[in-house]
Amino acid sequence: MIEVNNLHKSFGEAHILKGVTTDFEKGKTNLIIGQSGSGKTVFLKCLLGLFTPDEGYISYNGNIYNDLSPDEKRNLRQEMGMVFQGSALFDSLTVEGNVMFPLEMFTKQSKSEMQDRVNTVLKRVNLIDAHHKYPSEISGGMQKRVAIARAIVMNPKYLFCDEPNSGLDPKTAILIDNLILEITQEYDITTIINTHDMNSVMEIGEKILFLKNGHKEWEGTNKEIFKTDNKAVTDFVYSSELFKKVRQMYIEERN
Amino acid sequence: MRVNIIIFTNRSLFYMNYIASIGSYFIMIKEVFRKPTKWSIMKKLILKEIDELVFGSLGIIIFISFFIGGVVTIQTALNLTNPLIPESLIGFAARQSVILEFAPTFTSIIMAGKVGSYITSSIGTMRVTEQIDALEVMGVNSLNYLVFPKIIALMLYPFAIAIAMYVGIFGGWIAGVFGGFTTSASFIEGIQLDFIPYHVTYAFIKSIIFAFVIATIPSFHGYFMKGGALEVGKASTTAFVWTSVAIIILNYILTQLLLG
Ligand SMILES: Nc1ncnc2c1ncn2[C@@H]1O[C@H](COP(=O)(O)OP(=O)(O)OP(=O)(O)O)[C@@H](O)[C@H]1O
Ligand SMILES: [Mg+2]
Repeated sequence: MIEVNNLHKSFGEAHILKGVTTDFEKGKTNLIIGQSGSGKTVFLKCLLGLFTPDEGYISYNGNIYNDLSPDEKRNLRQEMGMVFQGSALFDSLTVEGNVMFPLEMFTKQSKSEMQDRVNTVLKRVNLIDAHHKYPSEISGGMQKRVAIARAIVMNPKYLFCDEPNSGLDPKTAILIDNLILEITQEYDITTIINTHDMNSVMEIGEKILFLKNGHKEWEGTNKEIFKTDNKAVTDFVYSSELFKKVRQMYIEERN
Repeated sequence: MRVNIIIFTNRSLFYMNYIASIGSYFIMIKEVFRKPTKWSIMKKLILKEIDELVFGSLGIIIFISFFIGGVVTIQTALNLTNPLIPESLIGFAARQSVILEFAPTFTSIIMAGKVGSYITSSIGTMRVTEQIDALEVMGVNSLNYLVFPKIIALMLYPFAIAIAMYVGIFGGWIAGVFGGFTTSASFIEGIQLDFIPYHVTYAFIKSIIFAFVIATIPSFHGYFMKGGALEVGKASTTAFVWTSVAIIILNYILTQLLLG
């Protein structure tokens, strides 16, 4: 359970987050949606502690992040997995090396145990023949999947994904969504996903937070997002013709 | 991580507030030595950096030293027109200038360019592509992980300088003898003349300190940079300028302290 209270963040003159209050439950896939530039990545980085909020606080299972000692922060971070928007794979390591990195760094497992674990997670993200390639030698979508594998290899308690399926084909995107949903439920993880993808919203949006210009404009579930009359939400969600038609059908069906 | 945030919210770097940058630099150095990375991983990183930073530089160090040694010898010879001055002075001058200045200082300036720009651009690229954030999120002390192995690897730098000294004097001998400026015997007499071992110690002390500067100032510029690929290039240039300035100033101070 992550609670966010009145979060503010500015960069110089630019006020990016303007008092966001919300919470994210355990064992659920929480989605953050909003237009490009609305502050989703900044929000996620505040949660991760990469940015210090100017005002407000974030608590993890009741522990307020900013009150923790540096060592407690590091320990908490070892329970977090993060998929960066640009994957952020280590260039100097192979795919396998990237996924093994947290294991080598923080566990006392033997080489073969680590190898097994790496094979398992790489298989889960559908990557079986790229173990010895370098990040620059694989496609963007494959990089994303390696990043997901690296984020889940330590069985994190908190999983953060910044647009995990952007740049993926629809089929792989759905596969990744389902994978994230599965591991969230299986290991009872608190998962937070930034996304633009309306498919994800419909499929795995157990909780959706809509950010607009750094405000929380709306929150609810993927069932509720169909029904809402909030104009900003409907404008955003139904910006494509296809979804407009879906909504139309839904409303007609309801009447 | 704390340093990281202090500097990011602090726009000092942006406005080129030198004093604040120097302060941040020393905070960074302190952070490099906190919360060490697991030894089994660190060992590999150090070996890799030794290969990259020290062995990878030997070629250029040897090349430059050889020719600089040669040039110093020729110039000394050309300026020694007075028949009363012994010919052995050519070897003597070559030895002194190579050991005291050319090997430790001149080579370090070259290294500030070669090794320094590699360090800034590799760390800067990791900053830009969020790899440093990824390390921090995992709970790794990224400064220790990235900078410490470079500092340790460059502690082998005096060996490279020793080679530079040897090759520099050898280059002088070749140029002197084969250029017809002196005889082999008097050159060798010159390089043995009034030899003070402390001068070599002085040169090694200098090179250790320069090595630390070459490892850390470019790291600082790479680690705290902002922006994209273009800024990585700019940061490398800035890092080279500051590393050279630091080497020149420290050279002056150390010479005053150690020889003065
Ligand atoms: N480190 C930073 N320094 C200054 N401004 C920043 C920084 N990071 C983000 N911003 C600004 O914050 C705003 C929100 O950016 P953010 O990356 O959170 O958007 P986003 O919602 O993730 O967009 P996208 O969907 O395109 O990824 C942008 O205007 C951006 O310029
Ligand atoms: Mg973003």
